[in-house]
Amino acid sequence: MKTITRLKDMDKIENSLAGDTGVCIVGCGTCATMCRTGGQEQVASMKRSLQALGKVLTGTLVVPTACDELSPQAVRDHKHAFDDADAVLAMTCAFGVQTLASTLMRPVIPALDTLFLGKEQAVGSYSEICMQCGECVLEDTAGICPVTACHKGLLNGPCGGTNKGKCEIGNDTDCAWAMIYNRLQAMGRLDRMRKYQPPKNYQAVSKPGKVQIPLQGSEAQ
Amino acid sequence: MSTAFKQALEDGKFVVTSEIGPPKGVNLDPMKHHIELLKDRVDALNVTDNQSSVMRFPSLGGTLNVKELGAEPILQMTCRDRNRLALQADLLFAYSRGVRNVLCLTGDAVPVGDHKQAKAVFDLESVQLLHTVRHLETGKDLGGNDLDGPVEFCVGAIVTPEADPLEPQLLKFEKKIQAGAEFFQTQAIYDLNNFRAFMDFARQFEVKILAGIVLLVSARMARYMNANVPGIFVPDELIAELEAAPKGEALKTGIRIAGRMIRELREEKICDGVHIMAIGKEEVVPDILAAAGM
Ligand code: SF4
Ligand code: SF4
Repeated sequence: MKTITRLKDMDKIENSLAGDTGVCIVGCGTCATMCRTGGQEQVASMKRSLQALGKVLTGTLVVPTACDELSPQAVRDHKHAFDDADAVLAMTCAFGVQTLASTLMRPVIPALDTLFLGKEQAVGSYSEICMQCGECVLEDTAGICPVTACHKGLLNGPCGGTNKGKCEIGNDTDCAWAMIYNRLQAMGRLDRMRKYQPPKNYQAVSKPGKVQIPLQGSEAQ
Repeated sequence: MSTAFKQALEDGKFVVTSEIGPPKGVNLDPMKHHIELLKDRVDALNVTDNQSSVMRFPSLGGTLNVKELGAEPILQMTCRDRNRLALQADLLFAYSRGVRNVLCLTGDAVPVGDHKQAKAVFDLESVQLLHTVRHLETGKDLGGNDLDGPVEFCVGAIVTPEADPLEPQLLKFEKKIQAGAEFFQTQAIYDLNNFRAFMDFARQFEVKILAGIVLLVSARMARYMNANVPGIFVPDELIAELEAAPKGEALKTGIRIAGRMIRELREEKICDGVHIMAIGKEEVVPDILAAAGM
C-alpha cells in the first residue's frame, strides 16, 4: 500500500512559484520514490527545470519519509537551505506537504497531486484498493471492494452498464461486480450477494476524520 | 394504491408505455407536443432523468407536464445526482402533485455525460431506492422519523435481459423484486428467443414485465449499439433487413421491425406489455403501434 502521486503540469508549478526566486526542493524516499514522482532522480530533474526557469536552488533533499517526524528533522538539519528559500517545492504526497507546511513559516508548494491509496499492479500502473469508508463490507464481497472498485460504489450488484466483465466507463476498467460475482460463485457463497445491503453510513468516519482508539492489552496498563 | 397505470397492469391487458425526454432548456413545446401525440396511445409515459448523464429539464417537471396534459406519468428517478434527502423530498413532492408511478434507477456514470467533472452522488442505488419508496409508505423516512401524511406509489425498475454475463443481472433482478418492484421495463430487446428464455425465468415471480422496444433507424445504428451499448444485442437478420431497405426507407423498416416484435410479444403472450423508446423520433410511435396492429 502506498500513496499514489502524479506530477502536476510544469505550467502549474511555474505559476505557483511566480515571484519566488530561491527554491528548496524536498522529495520523499518512500511512496513518492516508489511512484517515481519524488525520488532522487525526479528531484534532480526538477532542479534542472527550475534552473532553466531562472530559479536559484537553495537546496535539494529527499527525506526518508516526508509524512512523519523526519520532515521537521530535515528542516533542522538543512536549516540554511530552508532559510534561504522563498518557497519550498514538495515532491511528496499531500501528507508530506502538510507536514512541511506545519513546520515551516514558508510557502510549501505541492509539485505532485495526491491521487489515492493503492498499489502498483504493473510497472507504472496503479490501482486504488480501499477508500477507507469506515464500514468495511469485504466479508460479503469476496475480498473485492465494491465501494472502491465499482465506479458507482454500488453495494447490491452490477448496474446495467456491466459489459463482458468490463465497466461502462470504458478504459478497459474491470466491472467490480462481475469479479465479485465470479469469486463468490466459485466459492459457493452467492448467498452473500443475494443479501440486501442497506444504504451505507457515510458518516461512519467523522469529517474531518478524527478518532480516539482506546489502548488494548499491555499498552493499556 | 391504484394508479391508472397500475390498474392497467392488473387488468391483464397488454400494457404500452413510452418515454419522453425533457429538453435542454425551457422551450417545452416539443416535449408537450410529444406528450399530446402519445397520450391517447399509451397507458403511461416515462419521463427520463438527466438521461445519459446529460443535464436537462428535470424528470419531475416533465411528469407534471404529462399530468397537466391529461396523461399518466412514470417518474424516472436516478441516484446519480441526489442524495437520500433530496430523493425522499422529491418523492414527497411528486406524490403531492399526483405523480404516483416511480421507476427506480441507479443512473448512468457521470463521465458518459456532458458534465464530466461533476461529483457523482450514488448515496443510494436502484435496490436501495426501491426500498426507500417502500419505507416511506410505512409513514417513516430513512432517518426513522414520522411523516405527516404518508405516500403510496406504484414502483418499477429496469432489467437487462441481454446482459453479459446474465447471471449477476438476474440476481439483482430478484433483489429488486424483493425490494418491492411491481413492474419492470427492460433494456432494448431484439432477439425474441433470448427474451423468451428470460421470461421463462421471470415468470416465477409476481411482477409485470414490459419489454423494451428501441426503434432502429438504420443498420449503422444497430451495429453501433452492438459494439458500444452494454446489454444490447441486435441479431444479424435484423441488421440485414435494415440494410436491404431501399434508400431513405430504413426508418420505415425500423418501424416495421418494432411493430412486428410488439405484435409477436402480444399475440404469443410472451410478456405483459412493451415500453417503446423512440429516442428523438417520438412522432413515429403511433406508426409503430399501427404496425403492431394496435
Ligand atoms: S468496504 Fe472498501 S472502502 Fe470500505 S473499508 Fe472495506 S475495502 Fe475500504
Ligand atoms: S459496470 Fe460494474 S463496476 Fe461499472 S459502475 Fe456498473 S457495476 Fe460498477
